[in-house]
Amino acid sequence: MHAIEKILANKSGKDKVQTGEIVNAKIDLAEVNDLYLQVIKSFREMGGQKVWDKDKVSFVFDHYSPAPTLKAADNHKQMREFCNKQGIDKLFDINKGICHQVLPEAGLVYPGMILAATDSHTTTHGAFGAFGTGVGATDLASILISGELWFKVPEVIKIEINGELKAGVMAKDIILNILGELGQDAAVYKAVEFTGSTVEEMDIDERMVLCNMAVEMGAKTSYIEPDHKTYQFLKDRINVEYDPIFTDEDYEYDEVYEFEVDELTPLTAKPHSIDNIAPVEEVKEEKIDQIFIGTCTGGRINDLKTAAQIIKGHKVADGVRLLVIPASDEVYQKALDAGYLDIFIKSGATVSNPGCGPCLGAHQGVLASGESCLSTSSRNFPGRMGSTEAKIYSVSPATAAISAIKGRLVKAEESDLNGDN
Amino acid sequence: MEIIKGRAFKFGDNIDTDQIYPGRFLDISEHSEIAEHAMEGVDPDFTDKIDEGDIIVAGNNFGCGSSREHAVITLKEAGISAVIASSFARIFYRNAINLGLPVIEIKDMKVKEKEELIIDINKSTIKRENGEKYSFISFPEQIMEILETGGIINYYKNNVEG
Repeated sequence: MHAIEKILANKSGKDKVQTGEIVNAKIDLAEVNDLYLQVIKSFREMGGQKVWDKDKVSFVFDHYSPAPTLKAADNHKQMREFCNKQGIDKLFDINKGICHQVLPEAGLVYPGMILAATDSHTTTHGAFGAFGTGVGATDLASILISGELWFKVPEVIKIEINGELKAGVMAKDIILNILGELGQDAAVYKAVEFTGSTVEEMDIDERMVLCNMAVEMGAKTSYIEPDHKTYQFLKDRINVEYDPIFTDEDYEYDEVYEFEVDELTPLTAKPHSIDNIAPVEEVKEEKIDQIFIGTCTGGRINDLKTAAQIIKGHKVADGVRLLVIPASDEVYQKALDAGYLDIFIKSGATVSNPGCGPCLGAHQGVLASGESCLSTSSRNFPGRMGSTEAKIYSVSPATAAISAIKGRLVKAEESDLNGDN
Repeated sequence: MEIIKGRAFKFGDNIDTDQIYPGRFLDISEHSEIAEHAMEGVDPDFTDKIDEGDIIVAGNNFGCGSSREHAVITLKEAGISAVIASSFARIFYRNAINLGLPVIEIKDMKVKEKEELIIDINKSTIKRENGEKYSFISFPEQIMEILETGGIINYYKNNVEG
């Protein structure tokens, strides 16, 4: 069996499961973000009184933090009251950051678990060997009552990534390349495993980028086999016993794709779909109004470090607005201690509090009609960041940073990363 | 389930949840208010054009993107009675069933804008104005029950607690 199948088997009390089989699996952590007061409404409509296990429920205020509207403020208020009444202590309020960063940092994500959250990017947690999947509000409400959810055991696609990345090329470029080759519906209803020498070499931050964007191919969940880097990340955070789960050697994958990345160059997903990929140097004419470095895809410490190295000693180009939003309070603190925030602020950037910010067009940097934006986020659908007449180019943090000081879409060269530009 | 009758409104491939329900309205939780923004990201006048019972017919990967249940709520509350698409994104599909909105997979269905379609959920068929018939894979029993009871909340009340 594949590790993903073993997780589903373990959690549904079976010795083995098969692709296509429907199982009722126990959920180890259910997380609700601040978009979904509907979860509490549905919970009550279903007759819910007490959540099945208050220690396995978390609320994270990330999409609308701090509350930009009266409605959002009221949603937060009602959620705080719900947590208080239910005795849920894993409430991460407006000061903490994006759920997919906050939960692993808080030691709530570990290999072999099932995590269901009201956010499609829950595939991110495959980077820790966990089964993470996004669900809607009503599914989540049914988990709050029963502690279980039904799943169809997915087919697994193996994506093997080998080779050494050039300077200025990041995990974001790898996943954009994969999306460009396979398309945005390549993994609908399926699971995606990332493996290969490049993945082994990657730090946790970069592995999370691959798993995060697996959902942009439609994936139900994703998986990277845990190794010493995973255990190192978890070491001082986790206080539960866990058993990493591995795939049997004789497991036969539904589909296998191989990518060699030695010659890969920085890429961008052009408007208005995430599989509309072109090399950065082939997109020349574009005027840029806003550049956004942040989100659960591109706002981790490695992303801010890379951007700060490029921006250090430079000013953001005239006519460009650079927004920097760390993914969590831990990332924020690290970036502060390392001097990255100082570099951003001196360059003329706007640094905001941790959260999802403008990624979904809610607040903190919404786009006007006719504007163009480079974003380290994962989605460039029409209207995603505001006006449907705005254009979004999805890029890596390195590309975003060098473009911010050049005032146009360009790729970072090795010399840029050494602070020689 | 009753027979569904409605006019077809056509959309293309990869209609994402931001197009179905723009993110800037996600702080709304009143269903009647959510209904006002149905398909606003792709057609700002959509809610003015449709009548109760109308049907969306789309291409591949309908509902891709976010897990936002608002995307289903807005269609249902605006009066859409079913969505037919070549394929659906996973979370949208689950959410639709959970809320009792029939989602029907038919590859590349031929249809004229605003022609009347008749969907027979029990017989798993769709009839066009010109008499042409399409059939789709019937829903499993449990899904049919959820659709018939109007969604997972009612289904839950009837089956789990009752």
